[in-house]
Amino acid sequence: MTIIEVSLVLIAIATVLSMYRVFRGPTTVDRIIAIDIMTTITTGLMVLFALYYKRAIFLDVALVYAVLAFLGVIAFARYLEGGL
Amino acid sequence: MTINEAIGAFLIFTGSLFYVLSSLGLIRMPDVYNRMQTATKSATLASLGVMIGVGIYSPCCFPKALVIALFLLLTNPISAHALIRAAYRSGIPLWEGSIVDKYKEALKEEGEQ
Amino acid sequence: MGEASKVSRYLYTVIILFVIWLFLTNSLDPQELTMGFVLSLIIAALTYQVFTKYGLSNLHPKRILYTVAYIPYFLWAMIMANLDVAYRVLHPKRPINPGIVEIKTNLTNDIAKLVLANSITLTPGTMSVDVKGDRLYIHWIDVKDPSLEGASKHIGKPFEKFLRVIFHDDN
Repeated sequence: MTIIEVSLVLIAIATVLSMYRVFRGPTTVDRIIAIDIMTTITTGLMVLFALYYKRAIFLDVALVYAVLAFLGVIAFARYLEGGL
Repeated sequence: MTINEAIGAFLIFTGSLFYVLSSLGLIRMPDVYNRMQTATKSATLASLGVMIGVGIYSPCCFPKALVIALFLLLTNPISAHALIRAAYRSGIPLWEGSIVDKYKEALKEEGEQ
Repeated sequence: MGEASKVSRYLYTVIILFVIWLFLTNSLDPQELTMGFVLSLIIAALTYQVFTKYGLSNLHPKRILYTVAYIPYFLWAMIMANLDVAYRVLHPKRPINPGIVEIKTNLTNDIAKLVLANSITLTPGTMSVDVKGDRLYIHWIDVKDPSLEGASKHIGKPFEKFLRVIFHDDN
């Protein structure tokens, strides 16, 4: 097992651990924070997959994913403040 | 294993450890605000580490990985700030062990004017 | 300091957009370069009014020098912040002492305030909640000094001397 594979497993564990907060709550903001952190972790996972499978196209996917996740979180924040 | 692969692998491994740390912070901290603090900081540094590490490991990807890292560095604090303000405005109280809350006074003053 | 001329603002926007294009495409093929240059010209014409206020004077050597000096300082603060977070998360008793404090900043420029708030969010134990005029409200995980002056000195001052030069805050 190379060190890259160990890192992939660690990142997968981190995603599952933050999933706990999504199910547990207790408030809506807790869940949204957990999803925000999960998207950040997933972006890192995609970049690492680009290295692991030697496909540079995954980097573009990660970039677009980061932009969309940011917009989604901002929309959620506006909604919670009552501005949407 | 060449020298840049070694440095890249080290950065990637450190980054993934910080990802685990951020999700542990998400689980262990007592209220929304403290969770946000610990999770956002370590997730941002972890992404920086993983992406720079990938860039160093295979130099062909370096510019694009750097762009993603800079983008996350810019937007993560902004989304944290937006969410935390929304949390405060939607009435989630601070943890009972908190010792000072100046923002409440400021909002009250604003309401009176 | 007022606004720069339209030409200088336009050229600055073109340069920044073209550099972003170079990073994204990651090739020096002449076709790519031509396409990127044309697109930069078009997009800059549409957006330069909101993109920048000071134009080419942003690329003054002194500002670039301060920006380059700011990066390692900021990265060091960020690594310290993460070791601090690691200590608080992994310690079995969770040694936290949170609260929201108010600090005062001397910066007047909006972008400078944005970067200050972002830097505060990423450095040890502090996170910005709101900005109103020259006051910032900071959630601090380990409150050492709840007064206005003490907190400002503790949190904001180290960054301000860099940001004042980088973002044209001359007063």
